[in-house]
Amino acid sequence: MTTPAPTRANPDRSDRTDLDAAARETTLAACARLKDSPGALLPILHAIQDALSYVPGAAVPLIARELNLSRAEVHGVLSFYHYFRTEKPGRRVLRICRAEACQSVGAAALEAHAKRRLGVDYHGTTADGAITLEAVYCLGNCALGPSVMIDDSIEGRVDAQRFDEIVARARSAR
Amino acid sequence: MSAATIVYVPADASAVAVGADVVAAAIHAEAARRGAPVRIVRNGSRGLLWLEPLVEADTPAGRIAYGPLTPGDVPGLFDAGFLGGGAHRLCLGPTAQIPYLKQQERLTFARVGLTDPLDLDAYRAHGGFRGLDTALDLEPAGIVERVTASGLRGRGGAAFPAGIKWKTALDAAADQKYVVCNADEGDSGTFSDRMLMEGDPYALIEGMTIAGLAVGATRGTIYLRFEYPHARRALERAIETARERGYLGENLRGTGRRFDLDLRIGAGAYICGEETSLLESLEGKRGQVRFKPPLPAISGLFGKPTVINNVITLASVPIILDRGAEYYRDFGLGRSRGTLPIQLTGNIRHGGLVEKAFGTTLRELLYDFGGGSRSGRPIRAVQVGGPLGAYLPESQFDTKIDYEAFAAIGGMLGHGGIVVFDDTVDMAAQARYAMEFCAIESCGKCTPCRIGSTRGVEVIDRLRAGEDPAKQEALLRDLCDTMIDGSLCALGGLTPYPVRSALNHFPEDFRKPAAARRRG
Ligand SMILES: Cc1cc2nc3c(=O)[nH]c(=O)nc-3n(C[C@H](O)[C@H](O)[C@H](O)COP(=O)(O)O)c2cc1C
Ligand code: SF4
Ligand code: FES
Repeated sequence: MTTPAPTRANPDRSDRTDLDAAARETTLAACARLKDSPGALLPILHAIQDALSYVPGAAVPLIARELNLSRAEVHGVLSFYHYFRTEKPGRRVLRICRAEACQSVGAAALEAHAKRRLGVDYHGTTADGAITLEAVYCLGNCALGPSVMIDDSIEGRVDAQRFDEIVARARSAR
Repeated sequence: MSAATIVYVPADASAVAVGADVVAAAIHAEAARRGAPVRIVRNGSRGLLWLEPLVEADTPAGRIAYGPLTPGDVPGLFDAGFLGGGAHRLCLGPTAQIPYLKQQERLTFARVGLTDPLDLDAYRAHGGFRGLDTALDLEPAGIVERVTASGLRGRGGAAFPAGIKWKTALDAAADQKYVVCNADEGDSGTFSDRMLMEGDPYALIEGMTIAGLAVGATRGTIYLRFEYPHARRALERAIETARERGYLGENLRGTGRRFDLDLRIGAGAYICGEETSLLESLEGKRGQVRFKPPLPAISGLFGKPTVINNVITLASVPIILDRGAEYYRDFGLGRSRGTLPIQLTGNIRHGGLVEKAFGTTLRELLYDFGGGSRSGRPIRAVQVGGPLGAYLPESQFDTKIDYEAFAAIGGMLGHGGIVVFDDTVDMAAQARYAMEFCAIESCGKCTPCRIGSTRGVEVIDRLRAGEDPAKQEALLRDLCDTMIDGSLCALGGLTPYPVRSALNHFPEDFRKPAAARRRG
C-alpha cells in the first residue's frame, strides 16, 4: 500500500495556523455551529476529530480565538482527555480493553499478541498506515471479553486468531 | 396470507460483539430464500450474555429461545421449524422459564429485551410513562417524598439516598436548575447502564423528566462515555422520538410543563465519572474534581442547583412512581432497598445481568447464577464494585449483596459489577494494575493520588522482585495510608483498597519469585 506515513503534529508549532484549507474550514464550521451552546469546547473538539480523525495542534489557536479562550486553556482540555489525539491516526483505530474483567480472561496475552502482530506499541500506527493501536479501559462487554473496539464496532471473546481476522478485515476494508 | 412470525435478535452491543448482526442477516436471507414470512425485531438483550446471540421466535406458545447461534446454525433452525418453537439442539425453551431469568426480580430491567427499544408505543404498552403520568399530577414535594420513601439509593457507587439529594435541589431557589445523568459507566465489570440505555432508553428519559418535575429543572443532560456508540445511537433516536411525541419539550403531555434533554459525549477519562469532574467536563473544561461543599444540588452545573444521578438510579424512578414507594421498598433488606442489577463478568461461565433484590449472597451469584468460572478452574478472587473495589477471597463469598454488609468487610458494592478471577490470577499483578490505573486516570489535583500511585507501581515492582520485601511492604502500606488520608476524591482515596486487600488476602503472591508465580 502506498499510504504515506502519518504526519506527526509538532506541539511547538501549535501557535502557527498552518492548517490546510479544508481543516481550517472544518474547524471554523465546528466553532460556528457549536460555540453558543454552553460548555462548547468538548463538543467542538469532538466535531473536529469526527471530521478529521484528529485535532491538529494548529487548530488550537483558531479554536481559542473563536471561543474567546486562551490557547493554554484549549490545549489543557485537549491534552486532558485520552480520546482526543493531535496526530493523524491510521485509517482504522483499534482499541484493546486493558481493564480487569478482560484481564481475567487473557487481555494481557492479547495485548502482547497485538503489539507483536502489528509491530507497534500503544499510540503507534502500523507501517502501512492502516491501523493505530490504542488502549481502552472497559467497553461494557465485560461478560464476553477479551474485548476490542475497531472504530465504532465492538468485538467480544477475542483470542489471537480472532484478533488476526479482525486486523485482516480492517486492512482490506478501505 | 399467514401473518409473519416475529423473530427477536438483540441489537445490544454485547450481543453484536459476538455476532448478532450476522445472525440477523442470516435469518433474513434464509427466510427470504424459503419464502417464510418472518419479521425480525432487534430487541435489547435479556442479559443471558453467555448465550448470545440469543434469538427468540414468537410462537403461539409464547417466546421460545435459541442460542448461542452462529450464522451456520440458521438453515438447521429453519429445518427444525424454530418459527413454531421446534426442537433443536440449541433450543432453550420458553425464554421466561430459563432459570437464570426466572429467578430474577426485574424491576428496573423489566422491559429490557421484550421489545424494540425505540418503539414508543411498545414502551407504553409495557407500562412505560405511567410513572410520568403520576408525577404530572403531583406537587414537586410529593414526587420527592415518594422517591425518599422508596429507599432508593444512588446506584452509581456512593449509594447516597436519591430523595435527600432531590430535596436539597428542590429547596435551592434558582432561575435555572439542571438534571444531569451520569452515563460515564467507567468501572470495569459493569454494563448495566449500557444495557438499559440501549434496551430501554425511554425509561431513562422518563426518569430524568420526573427528576426535572421533582426539583423544578427544565433542562437535562446525559453525559455518555464515547466507548458506548450503540447507546449513543439509541439515545439520540429515543430523545428525538420522545420530543416528537410530546414526552419532552415545551409542553409535556399537553400540561404546559417543560423539560428537555441533550446528550454529551465524554472523551475517555475515568475521572469524569466523578460527579464534580463530570460537571467541569460539561462546562467544557478539564475534568478536574471540585472541592465540596458546595454540593452540586446547591451549586452544580454552571453554578446552578443540579441533580446528578446514575443511569440506573434515574431509570428506577418510573416504577417507583407507577407502583408506589412501598412496592419498591418491599424488596431488599436493611438500608438497601429495592433491587440491584448485578453484572457477572470476567472469568465466569454464565456471565450476564442479574437483577435481584438486595440480600442474595455473592456465592449464590457466582455459582447458582454464574455456574463457576469460565475456565472451569476454581474461583480464587472476585473484585466487586469496579477498579476501586476490594479483592475478596473465597472466605468472604457468603457476604450478602447489601451496601452495609460490603462496607463491613472493607469492600463496596459500587455499581454492582462482579469480576471473577480463577486460580491462575497473580494478585500482585492485580495490585500493581490498581496503582497503574490510578496513575493513568488521576486528575492531577492531589499529590498523594498523582505521585503516590506512580510510586505505588514502583514499590510493588520491587516487592515482586524480592528486594527487601518486608521494607517494601511497609512502604506500600504507608503509601496506601497516605493516599487514603490525603486524596480529595475516591480515585486516590479508594485505590488502596484493591491493593491492600490483595496484600492481606493473597500475601503469597507478593513473595514468590516471578517464575514460580505462574500456576498454569
Ligand atoms: C473516580 C470516580 C468515578 C466515578 N464514576 C462513576 C460513573 O462512571 N458512573 C456513575 O454513575 N457514578 C460514578 N461515580 C460516582 C459519582 O461521583 C456520583 O456519586 C454519582 O454520579 C451520583 O449518582 P447516584 O447517586 O445516582 O449514584 C464515580 C465516583 C468516583 C470518585
Ligand atoms: S484523588 Fe486523584 S482523581 Fe481525585 S481529586 Fe485528587 S488527584 Fe484528582
Ligand atoms: S473490562 Fe473489558 S469490556 Fe469491560
